[in-house]
Amino acid sequence: MGEQLLQLLLTGLTLGSIYSIIALTLVTTFNVTGILNLAQGEFVVIGALIAVSLQGTGMPMAVVFLVSVILVGILGGLLERLTINRARGASSLGMLIITIGLSISLRGLALLIWGTDTYSLPAFSQGGSIMIGGAALNPQSIWIFALVAVTLAGLYGFFEHTFWGKAVKASVYNQTGARLQGINLNTISLLAFVSAGGLGAAAGVSIGPITMVTYDMGFMLGVKGFVAAAIGGLSNVGGAVIGGILLGILESFSSGLISSGLKDAISIIILLGVLLIRPEGIIGAIRERKI
Amino acid sequence: MKNMSKGLKRRLGLALLLVISLLISACSPTKEADVKSTTASANEPYKIGAVLDISGNSSSLGVPERDTLLMMVEKLNSEGGINGHPVDLTIMDNKSDETESVLAAKTLIEKGSLAILGASSSGTSMAMIKTVESEKVPMISLAAASSIVEPTSDRKWVFKTAQSDIVMISKIISYLKKNDLNKIAFLYMNNSYGDNGKKAITAAVKDSGISIVAEEKFDANDKDMTPQLSKVKASEAQVVIVWAIPPSASILTKNFKDVGLTIPLIHSHGVGNQKFIELAQGAADGTLLPIGKLSVAQQITDADPQKKVLESYIADYVKKYNSEPNSFGGYAWDAFNLLVSALEKAGPDREAIRGELEKTQGFVGISGVFNMSPEDHNGLKEDSAVLVKVDQGKWKLIE
Amino acid sequence: MHLKNHKGLILLLFLLVIPLKIDSNYLYSTLVIIAIYSIVVQGLGILMGYAGQVSFGHAAFFGLGGYTAAILTTRFQWPTLLALLAAAILPGIIAAIIGRQTLKLRELYLALATLGFGILVHIIFNEGGELTGGPSGMSGIPNLTIGIISFDNDQKFYLLVWFMLLLILVGIYNLVHSRTGRALCSIRESEYAAENAGVDCARLKLQAFIFSALLAGLAGGLYAFYVSFISPSPFSFHTSVQFVLMAVIGGLGTFWGPLLGAVVVVSLNELLREIVPLLIPGAGGEYQIIIYGIILVGLMIFQPKGLSSIGRYFRLPLKKELKPEG
Repeated sequence: MGEQLLQLLLTGLTLGSIYSIIALTLVTTFNVTGILNLAQGEFVVIGALIAVSLQGTGMPMAVVFLVSVILVGILGGLLERLTINRARGASSLGMLIITIGLSISLRGLALLIWGTDTYSLPAFSQGGSIMIGGAALNPQSIWIFALVAVTLAGLYGFFEHTFWGKAVKASVYNQTGARLQGINLNTISLLAFVSAGGLGAAAGVSIGPITMVTYDMGFMLGVKGFVAAAIGGLSNVGGAVIGGILLGILESFSSGLISSGLKDAISIIILLGVLLIRPEGIIGAIRERKI
Repeated sequence: MKNMSKGLKRRLGLALLLVISLLISACSPTKEADVKSTTASANEPYKIGAVLDISGNSSSLGVPERDTLLMMVEKLNSEGGINGHPVDLTIMDNKSDETESVLAAKTLIEKGSLAILGASSSGTSMAMIKTVESEKVPMISLAAASSIVEPTSDRKWVFKTAQSDIVMISKIISYLKKNDLNKIAFLYMNNSYGDNGKKAITAAVKDSGISIVAEEKFDANDKDMTPQLSKVKASEAQVVIVWAIPPSASILTKNFKDVGLTIPLIHSHGVGNQKFIELAQGAADGTLLPIGKLSVAQQITDADPQKKVLESYIADYVKKYNSEPNSFGGYAWDAFNLLVSALEKAGPDREAIRGELEKTQGFVGISGVFNMSPEDHNGLKEDSAVLVKVDQGKWKLIE
Repeated sequence: MHLKNHKGLILLLFLLVIPLKIDSNYLYSTLVIIAIYSIVVQGLGILMGYAGQVSFGHAAFFGLGGYTAAILTTRFQWPTLLALLAAAILPGIIAAIIGRQTLKLRELYLALATLGFGILVHIIFNEGGELTGGPSGMSGIPNLTIGIISFDNDQKFYLLVWFMLLLILVGIYNLVHSRTGRALCSIRESEYAAENAGVDCARLKLQAFIFSALLAGLAGGLYAFYVSFISPSPFSFHTSVQFVLMAVIGGLGTFWGPLLGAVVVVSLNELLREIVPLLIPGAGGEYQIIIYGIILVGLMIFQPKGLSSIGRYFRLPLKKELKPEG
């Protein structure tokens, strides 16, 4: 029994690493722009699919990773210019629907280019699973956590120590004030979507070895990330990561100990509970959008 | 609307009229075509339709089916069609959606299709049944669930070409009995494919001395099945049977190795394509599964009646698409050719086509040798499947 | 209620009889699907457009209605009309139970909570075992019979659903122009101000929620009787999104918006399926999906208030009567 519990915990961590990185990218864009980007899952998938194609040409994995991040970053920026930027006046529901429309089109595009096949990506490091006390841990999840940590550190460094970071923070607190200071909100929104694309691709390439890649998996990943982010508190990057890990562990334990058919139901009930009792999330305090 | 002027109201009326007349005009000419085709003259094309899950969840089924149908119809027409009549095939995508499946079937019937091939999955096929039954149009589904053609009393017009789960399950059960394995763990995908597998095996193990000691399911989207497997590990199962399709079937196979399970692993025919092996990245070796003969066409004996048909399908498909066909394409091949041979005898008459389909005997197809009857609208038996083992990334026939 | 206020509706009724001369089951079934979706979107339109509350979970109510009708008729042999009534009432009751707590949430949180509810109900359909037929669903749902009339073909069903839709439209027209309608509008504008003006916001929002659930359930019941087969997949989150899209595309807070939204989305789908293969030979659903997404985004950028507002270019009163008359 002890071994089984340990195994469930490790599996939960693997799943948690996937959910937390997606939640992290969702929350970053949300914090900066106030837009909940439902096309985030598609960025993840397209990043992974581009990596699949590049990897087929024999490039080393590190180059594949970088190129994919850059390409999807550009895609994110392009989409922001073409759509979000032109719909400035839209309500938050309108913005949500625009991102839904984008996700529909991107999914169609991915289907067109890569077809319905499932692809696999090579793990970042060789070797099978790491055995801990008779239970197996997928080494790729350590890479994902490393990526989460680097992203968190990067975000912190950016917001605290760079001019643009401070500008973004200022604009989040007070849009008019920021504009009066000569901060260009236009550029900030662009920046947010470029990084949403880049981070999405990074997430895609790193989870690909575990999840495999299909053109239509972005939606489900997006929803899981969304749930994880909400559990942790929509406006808190640290909360998003913790929410993701909790969701992963919750799923693993409920399918291992209760019922595999009901595991999603259990996470959703927790989500509803959190929303009704503590809508700011288990981590966040009642604050306005905060980075 | 009190302060609405008369002119405005008239315009409103006109707009509605426009919408409705557009809808009417979009649909009405097709009906005339229908009338014409039933009074066919010499080389009038035979219209047939297909509703496939080309995009959406089941697109991995629909795409090879579409490719196969396009190839078949091109070949048939270049060879002069059916008794001199070319075949006019319309393929519609239902986006794996049941409601769209109904609408697509109605469009095709409206356009005068003599019969409908499809749909690709059980749900989308089931949704079309009421339509084809009430409009009296023969339909050949490409999906596996036996409930599509049973009870035949309510499914007069519905046929299917994929083997029912029970055919595959019996193959597995005889293997279990031969090897004296009687405690099984059954893992299945939480969708209609897995659900049908579960129903079939639950029925099959009854009174057979075999007991299911662990039963777990997982979602098609799940990324890790270790929790389910850890339960199996804790049970006293002697063999694991899995009813799922890739990618989740491949992930499960990887997890199976990772948690250190060493008992035999048996999959279903749902993993019967090279992709499964590829995605499992080496973990699939040693896995057993029942499957149609397509994947092991070179290994079956020359005496097998299907050998020639299989080889010619593979050759044609590879020539056209530069990749190996899979069993889904095979279901489409069977459905198309069953229909063609019925059309040869019956001509453009839906009732007669249905009658001919039901009388099909000894039809050698990709999925097996079909022997239909009023009680059996699938017509495939246990001999249509073989048991194979994955050996160094290749299928190997083991009997 | 004066007859002259309903000329648009009477005209609609009249126009609906015209297609009866046409012998096209495809046309009828497309119109049936439009009407069924439109009934859901009518309720959603009240909830979103007037009470200002978003819901990403209406496919759940739609599905609850469908399953109620299917289970009561096939497992318990209820008369079909009674089952249809139950199909509307049960989702209403569930909405009443969950509504009070849920509707306290705002904007994105409400969207999330309703989304969660939708996923939860979808899981129940899947896990219902013998009762719901699990993921394989259940078939053999009988034809809807009212009195001696059995709605066993497309034409009859078409008349039935459009007649129901028409009744609902009349009801909504009167609702919007009543005191309740004005109070609902005030919630959308500012809940705070409405509260101060003596409007019981929580109660009204709940009533709008229940009303929309009733309509969605009714539509679900009709769907089950029409297709005669039901499985969990048409009631997933995608369908909820589709309903919200229809409501928004048609135009929130407009009388004709929900109908227009359902007409446009369904016809666009059908149209793309016909046209795309003509433009790009051999093209499948992928092109349709891309074009559909682009149209959606374009619409939200250039017509954020929905298609009803296009009416003004042609001086059509599609967007009219939002403002309750004094």
